[in-house]
Amino acid sequence: MENFVPQKRDEIVKVTGIGVKRDGRWLVRGVDMSIGRGEIVTLIGPNGSGKSTTVKTALGILAPDEGRVWRAKKLRVGYVPQKIAMDRSLPMTVSRLMTLTGRHSKPEIARALDITGIGHLSSAQVHSLSGGEFQRALIARAIIGKPDLLVLDEPVQGVDFSGEVALYDLIGRIRDETGCGVLLISHDLHVVMARTDTVICLNGHVCCQGTPDIVAASGEYAALFGPRAAETLAIYRHEHDHAHLPDGSVKDASGHLHFDHHAHGPHCDHDHGPAAKGHGHA
Amino acid sequence: MLESFFTRAIIAGVGLAAVTGPLGSFIVWRRMAYFGDTMAHSAILGVALALFFSINPVAGVFGIAVCVALILGFLQKRGTLSADSLLGLLSHSALALGLVLVSLMPNVRIDLMGLLFGDILAVSVTDLAFIYGGGAIVLGVLAWLWRPMLAGTVSEEIAQAEGLNPERTRLIFMVLLAGLIAIAMKILGVLLITAMLIIPATAARRLANTPEQMAIYAALGGIAAVLAGLWASLHFDTPSGPSIVVAALGVFTITSILPIRSKGAAQ
Repeated sequence: MENFVPQKRDEIVKVTGIGVKRDGRWLVRGVDMSIGRGEIVTLIGPNGSGKSTTVKTALGILAPDEGRVWRAKKLRVGYVPQKIAMDRSLPMTVSRLMTLTGRHSKPEIARALDITGIGHLSSAQVHSLSGGEFQRALIARAIIGKPDLLVLDEPVQGVDFSGEVALYDLIGRIRDETGCGVLLISHDLHVVMARTDTVICLNGHVCCQGTPDIVAASGEYAALFGPRAAETLAIYRHEHDHAHLPDGSVKDASGHLHFDHHAHGPHCDHDHGPAAKGHGHA
Repeated sequence: MLESFFTRAIIAGVGLAAVTGPLGSFIVWRRMAYFGDTMAHSAILGVALALFFSINPVAGVFGIAVCVALILGFLQKRGTLSADSLLGLLSHSALALGLVLVSLMPNVRIDLMGLLFGDILAVSVTDLAFIYGGGAIVLGVLAWLWRPMLAGTVSEEIAQAEGLNPERTRLIFMVLLAGLIAIAMKILGVLLITAMLIIPATAARRLANTPEQMAIYAALGGIAAVLAGLWASLHFDTPSGPSIVVAALGVFTITSILPIRSKGAAQ
């Protein structure tokens, strides 16, 4: 039996061997996952691979049929679900949405909306928002309570590519500023890659797990998403910052396609060789 | 003042509309109109059982309405029939069971029209006490649980993830609805209760920017419908319950055609 006491002192959520069964069929089984404060964990996997199920189980929305879920005491959660079926008969302004699950002052609301870039929409009806604006409103709502854990289930639906990059950038910035843990579901490792610490590749069970580099290089990832996806990712890794030329000189990224405007700053810890280092999530 | 039956009717109707507005808003937001209807229909069975066991009909209606809500929740969890079909099953079975049960009691004669359509003009001072006491409890609990209830209406998953226990609030909401049906039964009858839940709330929708506004406008619209309906029933000698519902329809029609600029759209 595995020791269930969290190993890292800053761990906020840990699930061990969880499985969820519906109508006699396992949606997911044997999933281990842990999220630490300030860590961004990304779940990727094809449709129906159990990403949402895993997240909902970790949050206590679903009860696991086997395995255990541990959450830090008094954990404040900010949740952006995949779907919201809000009836059009419910009038709701963006600023009213911010106080859905807790009381917040006007300046707090204004700040949350400013951070997510929708300050000008505070009195707009939620039903009138575009897909991207709605996602931003939901993210603003999730972060306004200063959560210890921010959970986003496919936060970029209905958002175009540049908006997608900006949203992931925003999530990374929120993490940097508040130090919260982030659990993210995405089907696009491509874009989240630069910001994520740990990737868990899911297909009913954990296929592979580790830093983005390790996952991208793994055979399981290629098997799950096809060799093309793995290739694109590998190319992306070398394009997004700078390239090492055969003669040993470094060619900078000017003229290259920029997916992300982060500089090669202190946060950037990716390696340039094939031997990527791990984060200890064996 | 309470000696006039008409004054008592006005006081009763106003008190009721103040409760159906906010509660009805939740019914509309949660798409539970048919559910409310089913609980109301089950009230006939509640009355019949109350007569059979010689208990207070308000208690009988409340008890049966809660039972129907629980049975529905249980059947829904088994998940082979849609909620829609289950409601149809429960709604009309409870209605028919109640009517059959009443006919089997030879020494009991009930006013069937009164049960179905209510009789607000026969409201007693005791009834007023029930309406205002019960109504205050329903509104008080609703105000107390407003935030979790609204959060659960927008997204049960968000409410659950952020620690607001939506399952509990949903259960309490059903109890509140059962309570309202029990106290409204005599005034509006089982067939018109749902009307006062749904129509004022839908009439308020276009005027409101927030859920709270809609709840308040719905209460005010309901009160207006009660006053207009009772006045009309006195003036034209029409049945009072249906007159109130027709007046509510009038309120809905007015707010539907009012030229309202859609506030707060993106500038």
